Amino acid sequence: MENILNQIGIENYIFLSVLLFCIGIFGVLYRRNAIIVFMSIEIMLNAVNLLFIAFSTYWQDAKGEVFVFFSMTVAAAEVAVGLALLVSVFRNIGSVDISNLKNLKG
Amino acid sequence: MAPVLIIFYILAAFTLATAFLTIYSKNPIHSAIYLVLCFFSIAGHYLLFNAQFLAIVHIIVYSGAIMVLFLFTIMLMNLNKEDEVHKPRITRLGAITVFVLLSSALVLIFMYSKPFVGEYYTSHEDFQSIKKLGTVLLDDKDGFMVPFEFASVLLLVAMIGAVLLSKKEKTSK
Repeated sequence: MENILNQIGIENYIFLSVLLFCIGIFGVLYRRNAIIVFMSIEIMLNAVNLLFIAFSTYWQDAKGEVFVFFSMTVAAAEVAVGLALLVSVFRNIGSVDISNLKNLKG
Repeated sequence: MAPVLIIFYILAAFTLATAFLTIYSKNPIHSAIYLVLCFFSIAGHYLLFNAQFLAIVHIIVYSGAIMVLFLFTIMLMNLNKEDEVHKPRITRLGAITVFVLLSSALVLIFMYSKPFVGEYYTSHEDFQSIKKLGTVLLDDKDGFMVPFEFASVLLLVAMIGAVLLSKKEKTSK
């Protein structure tokens, strides 16, 4: 089995992951809707997973892929708890605008 | 140019465009749809690496479970309308500045780092079939048994937590 990186190159994947991660950061900073912020966090997690797979192929080692399983597990748990939190926030405040979450402010 | 490289460029452009549209579109439902497309194209990248099991799991977990959860939440909260007020201009400008500076800095760092020359290492044996992945995951000596069990505990805690958090509180008054 030929290494696919011989045709694509690891640099291209590094650039793609970096750009995806930066788009995720931009979404977290730019939007007020808490659901979109969650989606941006998912995009960042996926950028990291993609880099894991790229380097797992680089070293021809399966451990990088196994690590991605755990990262996916954590992402699934995080989304479930986060969306439950959002639903209860929405029930109390009536919106998911993160600028309205000022109840802890002194 | 190798055909695989052309496929990679098309997929990468699609991934970046849909990721950007996820953040840019005003309607949360449209954002969710673009995010599904983004996840599918990332699964395409996994297929390029010949990691079939991971691609399928990615589609099931992300495009299936997580996106259904997102869509249900958006519809539960009646958010499918475009009434979001923008952040103040200074915050938006700051966000754009951070994005431009961070991405150009990181890209320049990797562009000017020591380039890889020569052939990539190819071990002519199978390292990412399901059989091999299961062996690596649950190996006796240097496997990942303990993290595997902790992952199950984490999922249980997340399940109980989600049910507890979204349960309606009793009206005590």
